[in-house]
Amino acid sequence: MATLLDKLWAAHEIRAEHGQSLLWVDRHLVHEGSHHAFAKLAERGLEVAEPGLTFGVADHYAPTRNRARIDDPQVAMMLERLESNCARHGIRLFGLHDPRQGIVHVLGPEQGLTLPGLLINCGDSHTSTHGAFGALGFGIGATQVAHVLATQTIWQARPRAMRIRFEGTAGLAVAAKDMALHWISQLGTGGAAGHAVEYAGSAVRALSMEGRMTLCNLSIEGGARFGMVAPDAVTMAYVKGRTMAPKGADWDAAAAYWQTLQSDADAVFDREVSFDMAEVAPTVTWGTTPDQALPIGASLPDPARLEGAQAEAARDAMDYMGLTPGRPLEGTPVDQVFLGSCTNGRIDDLRAAAAVLRGRKAKVPGLVSPGSMLVKRQAEAEGLDKVFTEAGLEWTASGCSMCVGMNGDLVAPGKRCASSTNRNFRGRQGKGARTHLMSPAMVAAAAVTGTLTDVRPLLEGRG
Amino acid sequence: MAGWSIHEGQAVVLDRRDVDTDQLIPARFMSASRAEGYGRFLLHDLREGDAEFPLRRHPEASVLIAGPNFGCGSSREAAVYALVDAGIRVVVAESFADIFAGNAVNNGLLTIATPEAAALRAAIGMGTAPACIDLASRRLSVAGSEQSFELTETAQAKLINGWDDIDLTRAHAGEIRNFRDRRKTDHAWTWPSR
Repeated sequence: MATLLDKLWAAHEIRAEHGQSLLWVDRHLVHEGSHHAFAKLAERGLEVAEPGLTFGVADHYAPTRNRARIDDPQVAMMLERLESNCARHGIRLFGLHDPRQGIVHVLGPEQGLTLPGLLINCGDSHTSTHGAFGALGFGIGATQVAHVLATQTIWQARPRAMRIRFEGTAGLAVAAKDMALHWISQLGTGGAAGHAVEYAGSAVRALSMEGRMTLCNLSIEGGARFGMVAPDAVTMAYVKGRTMAPKGADWDAAAAYWQTLQSDADAVFDREVSFDMAEVAPTVTWGTTPDQALPIGASLPDPARLEGAQAEAARDAMDYMGLTPGRPLEGTPVDQVFLGSCTNGRIDDLRAAAAVLRGRKAKVPGLVSPGSMLVKRQAEAEGLDKVFTEAGLEWTASGCSMCVGMNGDLVAPGKRCASSTNRNFRGRQGKGARTHLMSPAMVAAAAVTGTLTDVRPLLEGRG
Repeated sequence: MAGWSIHEGQAVVLDRRDVDTDQLIPARFMSASRAEGYGRFLLHDLREGDAEFPLRRHPEASVLIAGPNFGCGSSREAAVYALVDAGIRVVVAESFADIFAGNAVNNGLLTIATPEAAALRAAIGMGTAPACIDLASRRLSVAGSEQSFELTETAQAKLINGWDDIDLTRAHAGEIRNFRDRRKTDHAWTWPSR
């Protein structure tokens, strides 16, 4: 009667004391932001314990244009620091000029580094993405990154087990992003804090690996450090043949083990929540936290009709976002769009956006940054880049880009951006920037009309 | 990192829920090395245009009373550095995001999760109140009220002694090596193929 969490935890536990487990780390992914951790290591004169299980990726500061000459000295310094730290410790780096470079949570799965049954750490909260394979993937801070570098282990208290089910069939243009924003809007940004979420139900099984990654990626926005989906045939098909995935006898052994990675039928969860897909519509955030989200057909809330703290938060958010209470969400003018990020920068996402944009012009400017250079190449092979550029959007190289703005891709103060990213926090995309989170298809619809728009009518008559 | 057992200081209110780590330290400041000091980045964009901002009016404050889900969002430990370098030792709120709370204890910052946070915010308002926190007895007294708080044994030991996990873990080096060897034999597939 074990949950998937129980099985994964037991497989990695080296020892337990005072409510904490010392866990073995199978993969450790570092990026430019890991500089504090390398500095801690240097201070103490420590080496990296397992360079062969550690991989470097340039993403947070990666320029999306003009990579041959980096103008911003801060960006150049961050990239150089990562390069020298990786070289110094013998860590394989997917650097800026590597043809496989990309966002760490896109690249890991793509290269076959992410596998069912592994424990994967990275100094980034969206490491929950890797749980889509039936792995323990969770984000850690710099002190813990230093600890993993030095010992290949991590101390962690076991989270409580929570299962979120989505039953039924997704309606037209209802994507994994909408499922995520839906549950977060229902349970709140701290709704799953202290829990590891296992996603289940027919609608989760029906998702591609890309969709499952989107769903698990956003777990942290509902407070859950871990999100996971039990591996199945979809998972196997995705992993098989990837560059660093197991081969031959190793594959057979792995595949046999992965069959066991599911919650037993009689497993007991600390918490269970279920949603009917009939309730899930294309969803857009209106506020400054991811739980301030509504179906596109809804009207903005009226703070006067909300209770104390919620009313205050709504008033504050609407003030920052420059929105009027009670007005319909649809039709709100946007200044620009962004497609990309570890949440929605994969090939499925670009296809969904291109299906809306094909043969149409964008009314507002926008940036498209594929999740990795391999996604970029695949999209170009399918002619998607032409769809975006002919619509008037800019097609760039891969990185975290406008999701976090560290590379200089920023939304200007007061500007409103329809974005396929993960956080609508104040200032997240740039000081004073106003972010609306939505699925890639919904971002494309906003580009076509220049406003927050229901994508569904735009898909009529399109396969 | 120096440990501490008892802290006495002034408490100030940040009357917001969901204070995310992008607000605690905007991304553009994160390439600085720690030696440069992170205190000036704390809540930079929120306090910039607001002369009445509590931390601006009371820069001497060392205890912050905030709203629920404090520290949500990015795993950036720089959010904790900004608080610590600005002199904050304790944050009190209804709840904390998991990653933030873990980062805090690794840097000598105590997080106290209590439903009383709302009442404390109301009692202190725009002013300050003397606060005393005792790690050994797990007692918080502030604004004339006193209560106990929860703190795991591990967190308590780390805060009081200023301990670093790396030292503690290296004591288990043998066990780790055995686990690794066993994994490499029983689950060879977990090593990346080249």
